Amino acid sequence: MSSARSVAPACLEEGRRMASICNACRYCEGYCAVFPALERRLSFTDGDLAYLANLCHDCGACYYACQYAPPHEFQLDFPKIMTQIRDATYRQYAWPGLLAMLFEHNGLVVGLMAVAGAVDFLLGMAVFVGRQALLSAHPDSTGAFYALMPHAIMAWTFGAVFALAVAALVVASARFWRGIGEEPEAFLSPGPFSRAIDSALQLEYLRGGGDGCNNRDDRPSQARRVCHQITVYGFLLCFAATCVATVYHYALGRHAPYAFWSLPVLLGSVGGIGLLVGPAGLAWLRARRDPALAGGKQIGMDWGFLLLLPLVSVTGLLLLVLRETATMGAMLALHLGTVMALFITLPYGKFVHAVYRFAALVRYHVERRRPLPELGPE
Amino acid sequence: MDSSHNYDVLVLGGGNAALCAAINARRAGCSVLLLESAPKYFRGGNSRHTRNLRCMHDAPADVLTGAYGEEEYWQDLCKVTGGQTNEELARMTIRHTATCRGWMIEHGVRFQPSLGGALHMSRTNAFFLGGGKALINAYYRAAEDLGVDVSYDTEVTDLKIKDGRFVSATAAFQGDHREIHASTVVAAAGGFEANLAWLTEAWGPAADNFLIRGTPYNMGRVLRILLDNEAKSIGDPLQGHCVAIDARAPKFDGGICTRVDCVSLGIVVNAQARRFYDEGEDFWPKRYAIWGRLVAEQPNQIAYAIIDAKSMGKFIPPVFPPVKANSVRELALALQLDAHALEATVTQFNSALRAGSFDHTVLDDCTTDGLQPAKTHWARAIDTPPLFAYPLRPGITFTYLGVAVNDRAQVLWRDDHPSPNIFAAGEIMAGNVLGRGYIAGIGMAIGTTFGHIAGTEAARHVIG
Repeated sequence: MSSARSVAPACLEEGRRMASICNACRYCEGYCAVFPALERRLSFTDGDLAYLANLCHDCGACYYACQYAPPHEFQLDFPKIMTQIRDATYRQYAWPGLLAMLFEHNGLVVGLMAVAGAVDFLLGMAVFVGRQALLSAHPDSTGAFYALMPHAIMAWTFGAVFALAVAALVVASARFWRGIGEEPEAFLSPGPFSRAIDSALQLEYLRGGGDGCNNRDDRPSQARRVCHQITVYGFLLCFAATCVATVYHYALGRHAPYAFWSLPVLLGSVGGIGLLVGPAGLAWLRARRDPALAGGKQIGMDWGFLLLLPLVSVTGLLLLVLRETATMGAMLALHLGTVMALFITLPYGKFVHAVYRFAALVRYHVERRRPLPELGPE
Repeated sequence: MDSSHNYDVLVLGGGNAALCAAINARRAGCSVLLLESAPKYFRGGNSRHTRNLRCMHDAPADVLTGAYGEEEYWQDLCKVTGGQTNEELARMTIRHTATCRGWMIEHGVRFQPSLGGALHMSRTNAFFLGGGKALINAYYRAAEDLGVDVSYDTEVTDLKIKDGRFVSATAAFQGDHREIHASTVVAAAGGFEANLAWLTEAWGPAADNFLIRGTPYNMGRVLRILLDNEAKSIGDPLQGHCVAIDARAPKFDGGICTRVDCVSLGIVVNAQARRFYDEGEDFWPKRYAIWGRLVAEQPNQIAYAIIDAKSMGKFIPPVFPPVKANSVRELALALQLDAHALEATVTQFNSALRAGSFDHTVLDDCTTDGLQPAKTHWARAIDTPPLFAYPLRPGITFTYLGVAVNDRAQVLWRDDHPSPNIFAAGEIMAGNVLGRGYIAGIGMAIGTTFGHIAGTEAARHVIG
């Protein structure tokens, strides 16, 4: 691995310095999983810091509770250093390594990808089916999508890109798992694995110990947690809609477009609304975020993802509403283009936080079953 | 801060006691102005550094295990104060801790189970989620939501007191002095532990080498003004709570993380490389508070806790890395101690050891034989490299000197008459209950109790 892609030594040194202060203080251990995990250690390897950084949900509670936060001379801004290290681990463990560069100026990369995707599909359809067909109305919508792009081509293109994205995420998380010093088989220990799923589904560690996380100041709120989960469940519903539609197509021979009240459309619509509301709330909160909590490079990455998700959703919902009009072709191209951009950037954008954080949660629950270091009473 | 306004209640100070008083007075319907001498970032006095409340309870409750009755609490207090306590006020405090958690939760404080390393306190102490600064933040939010006016960076420079009654306060704010009139005043501005000149008065030149564990804003100005106005004093004027902390800690505000918990695992030597006290006298939580004074009595107020590789990792890791060496000689050089003297001390210690079975969780039988001073538990040879050392200095937590109060938190004058409209709460009057010594969580107990009483009584004085 080239040193350019590892976490900057200065960043790690700063992480070690701060973690040592936290380990001597321990006041924050009720907030989340990071501090109990930290207290299991007497010193911190690079892998330990990568683990803690990805276990951190960036709730900010510890920053406001910290007696050593700036302007104290210890200059302890724990969420910020965790964010910086976390961002660097995304680059460090990305696979293939060459594509780690996509994390640089990630907001721009994601934006360009979305534009390029939409333009490609528009041009592609115009070239292959002709401008006339692309711009005509489709009052009898049955099968109209596939007149513009044959189903097999659509399914295989998206299936292949998605499979590659998943493969990149699996390899990246395996590299992360090894990097933080765990054995492969530990990942699938049933108890810790299901506890991690539970933590993720509830977003347990964005609760700031109970009252919620911090965003603008020391006042806790559940807003970010709620908006995040609306986004997650919206995403999962959209994914479910696609899976159901695939089953309809291949197993039942029922072809899109589906009726408004059909299962794929219902799932997709509810999910799509979630992908509008959730990211809108997150964006609103993001814009009001205390700069002390925002750790630099991640800002573009956050915004890229927060704009791409509703873009996918808006184009999908518009396609649904306009599918019998002359704009259907353009809407289909826009929707497919943004979905393609989403798939391509899954392993090289904000989405990776879900994968690494989940792995870190599994590790946390694996570790909790191991004995604590023996310390005398303080 | 609106100095033309005549407030019902003026609160001097911005820590736990001040906020408890301000919130209670405001809830009773009073207009309240709170003056905090620190900037907003450092608000909260030494409450910032606290982490728990010692609570009386008759059955497991919230995060508290078992039961901790009034009598046991009182006995624990008697043990550490050696009788320097006002039983009536102390029992009031103890009883209040049984019921005040609901008030605290209502105003945003959250509790959590005992911290790692402090499990032995789960029966007696309720820990604040996030510690004292989180508690302070919650109280400031509650106070602001209720409409308490808060002025930061505002230092009280004088109080006008006429015939035992408070008339007005003068405060410096953004470079100019303003006179603030109010019907009542609550003095909750802490002790004088950050006032280096005053510390030198009490301890002599040795005080130059003391570190102040808490806020640099506790200058004792309000305390001094009250004493100069003939308030009756209480608590030992020459003592403070003093622990041995890492000598590399900042001069102020190092707080909890500057602790060094390995004294009982090794030996402690002074600048002459000589041991001076039994490091294994008792469990560290019961002994850390005497080591500040012990180190203060050594030449140049410095000492070095020395352990070997066997003990590394068996205590909460201190914030500063240890000085590390492969031999006693090398360690002496690194610490700038006389190598021969340190070698002699270690050799003498190692050869005085009696065989025993080491167990850090009990008062074990590893002791020295015929050594002065003896090490009575956990005595193991310093022989396994690498060796580690942590330099120690006295770190002062708080001072005991305060003003006497009655059960309504009214300040008493030297003739024992109470002032009708001057109240005191928190560290400035803690000496009434804790005249000396210390037990964990008692400061927050006193501050919360007398903060509540002062706020309520001030409101009663105004509203009737």
